[in-house]
Amino acid sequence: MTCHDYKDMMMGYLDNELTDEQRGQFAEHLAGCPECTGELAQFRKLKAITDEVTLVEPEDRLWQDYWGGVYNRIERGFGWIVFSVAAILLAIYGGFKVIEEIVKDPTIGMLLKAGLLALILGLAVLFVSVLRERVYFWSKDRYRNVRR
Amino acid sequence: MPSVCQEEILAMQRCRRGSAEAFEVLVNRYMKDAYFIALGLVGNREDAMDLSQEAFVRAYRNIKQVKPGRKFFPWFYQILKNLCISHLRKRKYRRASSLDGENCPQVAAATDCFSPEAVARRNETKDRVWQAIAKLDEKHREVIILRHFQHMSYEQIAAALFCNKGTVTSRLYYARKKLEELLGTGKGGGINDMP
Ligand SMILES: [Zn+2]
Repeated sequence: MTCHDYKDMMMGYLDNELTDEQRGQFAEHLAGCPECTGELAQFRKLKAITDEVTLVEPEDRLWQDYWGGVYNRIERGFGWIVFSVAAILLAIYGGFKVIEEIVKDPTIGMLLKAGLLALILGLAVLFVSVLRERVYFWSKDRYRNVRR
Repeated sequence: MPSVCQEEILAMQRCRRGSAEAFEVLVNRYMKDAYFIALGLVGNREDAMDLSQEAFVRAYRNIKQVKPGRKFFPWFYQILKNLCISHLRKRKYRRASSLDGENCPQVAAATDCFSPEAVARRNETKDRVWQAIAKLDEKHREVIILRHFQHMSYEQIAAALFCNKGTVTSRLYYARKKLEELLGTGKGGGINDMP
């Protein structure tokens, strides 16, 4: 085995992840290889200073509220789906009603009918397009949207 | 990092049938791991709290994807990691497109805005190490975090990354080499300057 083959073992040696047999094998190599011994010493220093770094523990209150936060988001997501479906159904129903009345009404002139229908069609297209954008945005960036 | 026990297997089964209470068991069990991993990956406390909670929400919605008898954590870890990585990409993009980089002008890497306040009992050395970790690429940063902050064994890391122990070892090797380079602690470097 060359030094290169021992590189992988070096991490295991450093992190106490070797079997006794591997440990012995690596220690034997170290005894005869100043280069690996030097490299290991550098890694040891790095490990020591890295282990010094610990992260700030949040206040207990945050852990107590944690599940509540998750649960609210789960519930809110469900509420949003129900709301969207209801809004779409109502919009479709309302749209048909209005179109039906405009077409049936004899007192409305052809030009006005065409204008009103175009207006409704335009609104419908806009509505769908905004909704699609919301859904896209929501799926890509959901956690920003439901942020408290 | 707790090992899988009977309680967890039962909780998973009940979650699959839609029990939010059972999910609470899993959340309470893993919330600290989730939060600290997210903090290590994105570097500030507000985002870590937000992203870790969102990861649980997504896990709840997709819990049926976990095959019966499989562990929760490695699967959950993928969700959490992907959320954090896409968050970092967005942050990078936002910073590139708007000019709000004034809040953290010293680092211009993809992983900037690593807040020094995330580190406990700060000193100059710890701040430098934290900033160096921030500059690692994602796959090297994650092994450092899982090993040094989460104290996971190679086997646990391999399970979370869906790779073998050899890959964990070589990533750790390169991550640490890179840290040495960034900190100047390698051969002939300023190791003696470090207290
Ligand atoms: Zn050697």
